[in-house]
Amino acid sequence: MRVALFLTCVNDTLYPGTGRAVVKLLTRLGVDVDFPEAQTCCGQAHYNTGYRHEAEPLARHFADVFRGYDAIVTPSGSCGAMVRELYPRMGERARSEGRGNGLATVLAPVVPKTYELTEFLVDVLEVTDVGAYYPHRVTYHPTCHGLRSLGLGERPSRLLRAVKGLELVELPGADECCGFGGTFALKNADVSAAMGADKVRNAESTGAEVLCAADNSCLMHIGGTMTRLRTGMRPVHIAEILASTEEDPAV
Amino acid sequence: MSGTFVGMPAFPAAAREAVRDTTLRGNLRHATHTIRAKRARAVAELDDWERLRQAGKRIKDRTLRHLDRYLVQLEESVTAAGGVVHWAADADEANRIVAGLVKATGETEVVKVKSMATQEIALNEALEARGIHAYETDLAELIVQLGKDRPSHILVPAIHRNRGEIRDIFTREMGEWGRPAPEGLTDTPADLAEAARLHLREKFLRAKVGISGANFMVAETGTLVVVESEGNGRMCLTLPETLISVVGIEKIVPTWQDLEVFLQTLPRSSTAERMNPYTSMWTGTTDGDGPRAFHLVLLDNGRTDTLADEVGRQALRCIRCSACLNVCPVYERAGGHAYGSVYPGPIGAILSPQLRGTGSDIDASLPYASSLCGACYEVCPVAIDIPEVLVHLRERVVEGGEAVREGNKVRLRPAKGHAAERAAMRAARWALTRPGALRTGQRLASRTRRLHPRTLPGPGRAWSGTRDLPPVPAEPFRDWWQRTRGGKGGAE
Repeated sequence: MRVALFLTCVNDTLYPGTGRAVVKLLTRLGVDVDFPEAQTCCGQAHYNTGYRHEAEPLARHFADVFRGYDAIVTPSGSCGAMVRELYPRMGERARSEGRGNGLATVLAPVVPKTYELTEFLVDVLEVTDVGAYYPHRVTYHPTCHGLRSLGLGERPSRLLRAVKGLELVELPGADECCGFGGTFALKNADVSAAMGADKVRNAESTGAEVLCAADNSCLMHIGGTMTRLRTGMRPVHIAEILASTEEDPAV
Repeated sequence: MSGTFVGMPAFPAAAREAVRDTTLRGNLRHATHTIRAKRARAVAELDDWERLRQAGKRIKDRTLRHLDRYLVQLEESVTAAGGVVHWAADADEANRIVAGLVKATGETEVVKVKSMATQEIALNEALEARGIHAYETDLAELIVQLGKDRPSHILVPAIHRNRGEIRDIFTREMGEWGRPAPEGLTDTPADLAEAARLHLREKFLRAKVGISGANFMVAETGTLVVVESEGNGRMCLTLPETLISVVGIEKIVPTWQDLEVFLQTLPRSSTAERMNPYTSMWTGTTDGDGPRAFHLVLLDNGRTDTLADEVGRQALRCIRCSACLNVCPVYERAGGHAYGSVYPGPIGAILSPQLRGTGSDIDASLPYASSLCGACYEVCPVAIDIPEVLVHLRERVVEGGEAVREGNKVRLRPAKGHAAERAAMRAARWALTRPGALRTGQRLASRTRRLHPRTLPGPGRAWSGTRDLPPVPAEPFRDWWQRTRGGKGGAE
């Protein structure tokens, strides 16, 4: 099986540690993962801000880069949802605008092959115990697009529960949005910040050291709020927890 | 605070005030979380919820597709049952029709059933300007009216008020409008309800004209349906001699069998009840029972324009349950008034910019009043994909394009104030379709990382005012990959 890592532009630029963790984890599980270097961005920020037509070349580029692989794995629920849920919609919209089937045809092959990391582990590799070790108290925040668009459900928590040494504590109000929302965080900064502060207070109330999620964009917002509010908690991407082992532990 | 939403500022500015109002935040948090949990339990009781939801969606879509036919059928049924049907293209026309009908009775007072359509067209203000006093009889609408306030929720218009505030409003204002509040009124719910009951009873018994909206209109028989909890609606619908109902044209269901679906989904979604306490249904007029005259004013007011938009038209499926408000994290913090419309929350954010157009500051800002978390879509009993419509309307704001306004095809210009954003999005698209450009940018950011400020100037302050920036790593992932081939080829 030819597996490609679609890291996402945000992770590539700001969170290379998450990318290294995915590679380490998948390699440990016997997957030969490739990182196609021509990859850039799925176009989600453009699409969700109202620039669908600017997002189309990015979607085409994505399809060009990843078409040849059997599976495309991404450590981002929202970028995964962009490909799976919104690429087909972009194709339909282009068709209804009288631009024919071209876009839909180009995008169609990559849609069903794109998996969010925890989906790939649980559904494709059929593992929940990935042999990880992470001796910390952790609470898990299900990010909205992973939860509602992709329907990740219990997959992330099943993976976390199987991690040796990890104590998983429930996050009150877990399924409430953290307030990131892409450009929402800037356009409606006050509401976004209020949502973030509430999320952080809920996280703090669990007594966990670590808030874990499967999307670094949300963690950037939550983590930035945590340090500003001086909570002492830290945000960690689920890939970094699952990659951590007794021989090579994550901090 | 004025009674209308004219001249509201854009959503972010209005929301900023609400976020800082700790009493409002507390009231809304308590109320929305309570009803949210109750709704979830009420819905979970039904094992065919998802099928009901899909059935509701399909019934509404089919009805909207053939709306022209069902409207004519409805008019014929209502007329045959002794009612008179009036057609109103917009708010002004509807208000003129209603005022004319009231004047023709010689009355100067009307009692009202809670109605979103009459709020939408600002009927009370229009009647007042013509010397007719309209009295709201729904408990929450009464609180809003006595408080010279604006509704902030579809179902619970006074959700932003707590018990103490309501007691103060009753004590201060009831005497001005009719029977004063009892001496020494407390803020217990039973006392507040009793004060309202006594105050309203006089109005019910005196009024000769009632005004209502309707939750549904059944085309096959011309029957109107009002679903309510308090019984005040039943009073207004049966006691007066003349009944005038103002109803949006999208409220039609073809048959009684279709109605069955919504009478299951609406109460569970709105008040978390298996069945609401009062469901009033009437068909024209009946000798010796209820109003002698019945007028139905069918309101368009932007609905036909909305129907012309193939993505946006799903907003017309809305049955005004307000489940999306109760579950929305933005509504919970921004409050209903920030939405600048009688339709607040997620549904308002897609309905107002379609019914009113995206010309004003508030309407152009509403499509952005969402983090696109999708909680609204998940609870919607007619499966309106609110995030999809929000994004579609964002596109209309920034790109302009074809739309229908007042029945005419128009080409909208892109909204002002998005020029810098548009340039940035174009530049990002240019760079991101060229992997080399992205790599160059990443390397530049990594090499200069020690020079990056901890806070951002200009528009970036919107981020760094409340959140720290993530540190830029020493090298982007792709450089590590190139160096090491994923840890296999070279030095780690």
